[in-house]
Amino acid sequence: MLEISDLSVGFSREGRFARVIPGLSYSLRRGETLGIVGESGSGKSVHALALLGLLPQPPGKVLGGQAIFRGEDLLTVPEARLRELRGGQIGVVFQDPMTALNPVLTVGRQIAEPLMRHKGMTRRQALDRATDLLALVGIRDAARRLSQFPHEFSGGMRQRVMIAIAISCEPALLIADEPTTALDVTVQGQILDLMAELRERLGMTMIWITHDMGVVAGIADTIQVMYAGRTMERGPVEAVFASPRSAYTWGLLQSLPHGARPPGGRLHQIPGQPPDMFNLPPGDPFAPRNPFATERCHVEAPPLRQVEGSVPGHLAAAWYDLPALLERAR
Amino acid sequence: MARYLLGRLFDGLVAILGVVTIVFVISRLLGDPTVLLLPVGATEAQMAELRAGLGLDRPLWEQYLTFLAGAAQGNFGDSFQFMRPALDVVLERMPATMALAFSALGFGLVFGAVAGSLAALFRGTVVEAAVMVLALLGQATPVFWLGLLLILLFAVELGLLPTGGYDSPASLILPALTLGTFTTASIARLLRSGMLDVLRDDHVRTARAKGLKPATVFLWHVARNSLIPVVTMTGILAGELLGGSVVTETVFSWPGVGRVIVQAMEAKDFPVVQAGVMVIATTFVVINLFVDLLYGILDPRIRRRG
Amino acid sequence: MRDFWRALTRGSGWLGLAGLLLIVVLVLLAAFGPLLDLPDPTRTNLRARMVAPTLSWAGLGAHPLGTDQLGRDILSRIVAGSRVTLMVAGAAVVLGGILGTLLGLASGYFGGLLDRLLMRLVDIQLAIPLMLLALMVVAALGPSLHNLIGVLALVSWVRYARIVRGQVLAVREREFVQSARAIGASAPRILLVHILPNVLTPAVVVATLELARVIVLEAGLSFLGLGVQPPAPSWGRMLAEGRTYISSAWWIITFPGLALMLTVLSVNLLGDWLRDYLDPRLKVR
Repeated sequence: MLEISDLSVGFSREGRFARVIPGLSYSLRRGETLGIVGESGSGKSVHALALLGLLPQPPGKVLGGQAIFRGEDLLTVPEARLRELRGGQIGVVFQDPMTALNPVLTVGRQIAEPLMRHKGMTRRQALDRATDLLALVGIRDAARRLSQFPHEFSGGMRQRVMIAIAISCEPALLIADEPTTALDVTVQGQILDLMAELRERLGMTMIWITHDMGVVAGIADTIQVMYAGRTMERGPVEAVFASPRSAYTWGLLQSLPHGARPPGGRLHQIPGQPPDMFNLPPGDPFAPRNPFATERCHVEAPPLRQVEGSVPGHLAAAWYDLPALLERAR
Repeated sequence: MARYLLGRLFDGLVAILGVVTIVFVISRLLGDPTVLLLPVGATEAQMAELRAGLGLDRPLWEQYLTFLAGAAQGNFGDSFQFMRPALDVVLERMPATMALAFSALGFGLVFGAVAGSLAALFRGTVVEAAVMVLALLGQATPVFWLGLLLILLFAVELGLLPTGGYDSPASLILPALTLGTFTTASIARLLRSGMLDVLRDDHVRTARAKGLKPATVFLWHVARNSLIPVVTMTGILAGELLGGSVVTETVFSWPGVGRVIVQAMEAKDFPVVQAGVMVIATTFVVINLFVDLLYGILDPRIRRRG
Repeated sequence: MRDFWRALTRGSGWLGLAGLLLIVVLVLLAAFGPLLDLPDPTRTNLRARMVAPTLSWAGLGAHPLGTDQLGRDILSRIVAGSRVTLMVAGAAVVLGGILGTLLGLASGYFGGLLDRLLMRLVDIQLAIPLMLLALMVVAALGPSLHNLIGVLALVSWVRYARIVRGQVLAVREREFVQSARAIGASAPRILLVHILPNVLTPAVVVATLELARVIVLEAGLSFLGLGVQPPAPSWGRMLAEGRTYISSAWWIITFPGLALMLTVLSVNLLGDWLRDYLDPRLKVR
């Protein structure tokens, strides 16, 4: 469904240049839900914007690579074709529903726009469909709320509107860029459930970008942990949670409170600062924050390899043997 | 919305009342008008009689109330020059001033909007630089000098347009251009920076993520949102336009309210000055009421707040 | 101060720097103009009426920018006019700034009836176009240098008052003000020692932006014959007088207007930059 190979993205700032994503590859099967996890600056959002052609350029720039979506390379298709795919076959839900909607247009109009654009509907038809969509995302009294403006909706309700917009044209792929981060804890769970339900109903493939391991555990089939634009670990959710091989994944899991925990609770920070992309250390970029780092970690970046003794498709980039080190520490 | 507008209407009425008061106070600073009204060598008795006739022997608060009552009925007394009601003298000139001010505003809004949009769309290019330089110059050029330069170029050197007067539609071109330049420059700068701000907004990214065509995104998600500050600015610019019209009308011998006020001032024809200032201030207040109304329509956050 | 310089010499700061340099040149010219060996700006010479400018570098004539309808040297009149313009506008901005800042401080700090009345007054004054208000007051008091300064100060206080008031409202409830009040500091002391420093920055920005407005206003009043009175040279009146001769001597109106435009431009450039540098929130006025 989606096959990304060697996607590389650069950013320039004040005359300096950084490869924020040095070469990212992964593939996504039809119907799969991929959870991409990482702190801010890990390149997880940037890579999604690059796929969609929404990266602000400048300062960003796609340097190379391929992203084959249903036989077409998103990075090289003509802009006009990309616009047809965007909103039509690929839907997006952004992080902050307070700013992602246009404050001066009615909610109905904003949901109707992609339908008129991609489905060739008239305004009347599109607004009728928008009513159904609002009901579908769980907004009561949909017909009346259609003519209201974003500021008349609560944060959670606005995110439901954003979801309605994203699924309006029944996209094959839905990219959710931290869709619950800006919401109240109680609302986060509701949105999570709603999206899981819609995924089943519409049979969507999904990329779920978050910094929250707990959310991924709840919704994803595959997890991909990113740090400084690189994939540190990737694999089936059960396998990675059961036996993480990257110290960074382990750190993220450690910061999850054990036992009953509402999805979307705040992430406990790993000690140290997120990487400065303009000033990366040589070798493994996580090494300076990694208590298990070996000397080799500081000089040579580890490749992403199949983990020995784990299920196929469990990949990790680490020079050290994390389970053995953990065993010894105990 | 209704309550919002009623509130603004009340503010407007208070402002007009305040203007009446300021005009009254200033007119009392002007000294004794009897000296001007009577021929030289008039006797004390004659002057006292006239003073009583004008009510100037009354206590100040009573004079104020009389003035207020007169103003409410549009009565500012007779013009010393024309021996007719001062308000009539002023209102006759209103169409000329309105024609000038609205042409200038229209010119400024259209050209300012186009230039500002172009600058925002082609940011970082020579187009933006050119618009910005012209706008900076336009904002720094005083109205009366610009008027003189345009006369020099189009009337004296090229002989294309009349130097002034109110005879043909062509005579409107130079004054409107002169008066509208500051507006054009201000709108262009405001719209450019407004659009650059909106372009960075998240909702524009959402619009693009929907796959909308660039023209749709620009019109409905960038331009539409950038209009709100422009509307606010238009209210402020209306004041600049009405004030600037005083000078522009003088430069181009345009028979409007501004020119009649200046002439009345030279002739110490105070009723006309008072009536003129009241008419201009009232026009300004009314324009700003419309601006508030438009603002309410454009920004739903205000519309619903009530 | 070092940050200030760095910001001024970097990126788009060069526009502000250009403005600042132009202003410095102008002020120097105004201050040391009399030391230049220029003809007397008020001396008429009917035999040298409307002499065209000689702008060739082969040799500046006696009148590089030409002479006016009375044979007075335009260059020296422009230089002399700059003194008048800068003095009047500068004094008006300082006076208006002090008045507006004090009223804004009082309005914001004491609130209540005083605040309501003052802000009403601001609204009312803003309902009369500046030019008309100034025109009316000058006509009432009679045109003189002092009256002109007074009027210009009087019409410009409102903008300071508004912005300073807003700033006071923001600062008033902050801890250091509250604690000053708790230890029993007097209102004037709190206002001057604790609040004033916080409102000075926006006041300075307003002053710069207001300076340009006042310069144009002064020139406009002089143009209408209500400004500085003859024989003192003023740019506005030079334009008014040159108007009659526009078809025969273009230079009489061209150069004073150019000086006026450059002055306003440089003040605007500096003002815009200062606003962006010091207080971006003031952007939408």
